[in-house]
Amino acid sequence: MTSNYNFAFLDENTKRMLRRALLKAVAIPGYQVPFGSREMPLPYGWGTGGIQLTAALLGPDDVLKVIDQGADDTTNAVNIRRFFARVAGVATTERTIEASVIQTRHRIPETPLREDQILVFQVPEPEPLRTLEPREAETRTLHALADYGLMHVKLYEDIAQYGHIATSYDYPVLVDGRFLTSPSPIPKFDNPKLDHSPALMLFGAGREKRLYAIPPYTRVESLAFEDHPFEIQRWEHQCELCGADESYLDEVVVDDLGSRMFVCSDTDYCGQRRAEQAA
Amino acid sequence: MSALLQVRGLSHNYGQRIGCQDVSFDLHPGELLCIVGESGSGKSTLLKTAAAQLTASSGSVRYHQRDGAWLDLDELSEADRRRLAREEWGFVTQNPRDGLRLNVSAGANVAERLMALGMRNYGQLREIARGWLERVEIDPSRIDDPPTAFSGGMQQRLQIARTLVTQPRLVFMDEPTAGLDVSVQARILDLLRRLVNELGLAAVMVTHDLAVARLLAARTMVMQGGRVVETGLTDQILDDPQHPYTQLLVSSVLTT
Repeated sequence: MTSNYNFAFLDENTKRMLRRALLKAVAIPGYQVPFGSREMPLPYGWGTGGIQLTAALLGPDDVLKVIDQGADDTTNAVNIRRFFARVAGVATTERTIEASVIQTRHRIPETPLREDQILVFQVPEPEPLRTLEPREAETRTLHALADYGLMHVKLYEDIAQYGHIATSYDYPVLVDGRFLTSPSPIPKFDNPKLDHSPALMLFGAGREKRLYAIPPYTRVESLAFEDHPFEIQRWEHQCELCGADESYLDEVVVDDLGSRMFVCSDTDYCGQRRAEQAA
Repeated sequence: MSALLQVRGLSHNYGQRIGCQDVSFDLHPGELLCIVGESGSGKSTLLKTAAAQLTASSGSVRYHQRDGAWLDLDELSEADRRRLAREEWGFVTQNPRDGLRLNVSAGANVAERLMALGMRNYGQLREIARGWLERVEIDPSRIDDPPTAFSGGMQQRLQIARTLVTQPRLVFMDEPTAGLDVSVQARILDLLRRLVNELGLAAVMVTHDLAVARLLAARTMVMQGGRVVETGLTDQILDDPQHPYTQLLVSSVLTT
């Protein structure tokens, strides 16, 4: 740990501000709480919101895992993990079951989470209605009045144009039957994992200066039509490394001839399965 | 018979300038009232104030709800105002691009108010949207086209369908046929007259065109400088105008 930094980079007053905002967010599931987002030593879009939340949460005994698109070894994940190892000196891990705080971008781990774990999401656009309603004052009013018919206009438009609900990531959810919420750009494959999750889920948007939360065991409902119910992605393939047929698969191009293979996007899950098979 | 909308001494000022001043009228169920006057005479201001889109500087507007209770629009919360605007009222703007959602298809535009009311069955929404496109004489096969692909007249008819789909009791219209050519205007007026009769709507319509008033409205109000100068049965006003300004308006209609 470099002694010039305060523990976990942010000063204690900033952490206190963040913790107060987080408490409010947990108290009102799905409500976007404004917070004073700080400049971080990473550019916006790299997860500055998530990093600030993680910094406010970490204690010396925590074990941190960082994933990007499910993988522990991508640029974003490696950089954020190294950042906290350096400024907080906390233990890091790639194993989901060992981690107490997991910062994530675009995925929820396949391994079921526990009550003593916290999942921190990096959020680019916290407002699910933004593409339909550009005025901030108006979207806040719509949230205040729980006036969410507009979101179905988007789903209607999907079905009208593609024959099915084509929104495949950042699929809008209703938290605790009250607040319409963006689950961050996770694939809709992961949406069912939000519902009644034992782990606390926190969402931070650094550029938009908003954070929100889905507390443990909260009802999270993915929006849909009666005659076009919510469905998750399915593959005709299995993971070519571990043979999993229930995990989220990435399609990887492996040569110049257009050959491709399907592998688990969650590297830890895939690795654990292969280790078990080898044993 | 009791009135649907009761306007008493209504004024709206833009700072020092007068928008409309001391206007009173009653609107009964199934009645179409036209407000005529030259541009700048406060017609649109009056319409927006009566529809609670602008706050009144003084005076009151009361609305007789479906459940029989009188609602004072002054005391209305934002939530109630939106519910009223969504469920019991409709507003048709002069420029259809202000009233339509241009980045989604015609079908979504018609179905939006139904979805806001909680209808969650795609097949039903589509069926209703198709039916309404047909009613306003738009080819139902164009249900998935964006409104930007429609002509001005079609956009206006789409806006009318989108507004009437929830069967409102009261519709405010702000020069719905201005800016359209004469033949298109005639078709839309014909359509409006038919729909108003079929649905038993009450409507307040602003227009600068006396022919529109003659065709549609039972009663007409003439405005000048923010004040109502004459009000009465449309035929009476057009055939026997009393106020000098109304006489001027009537005599300046082009006849061929």
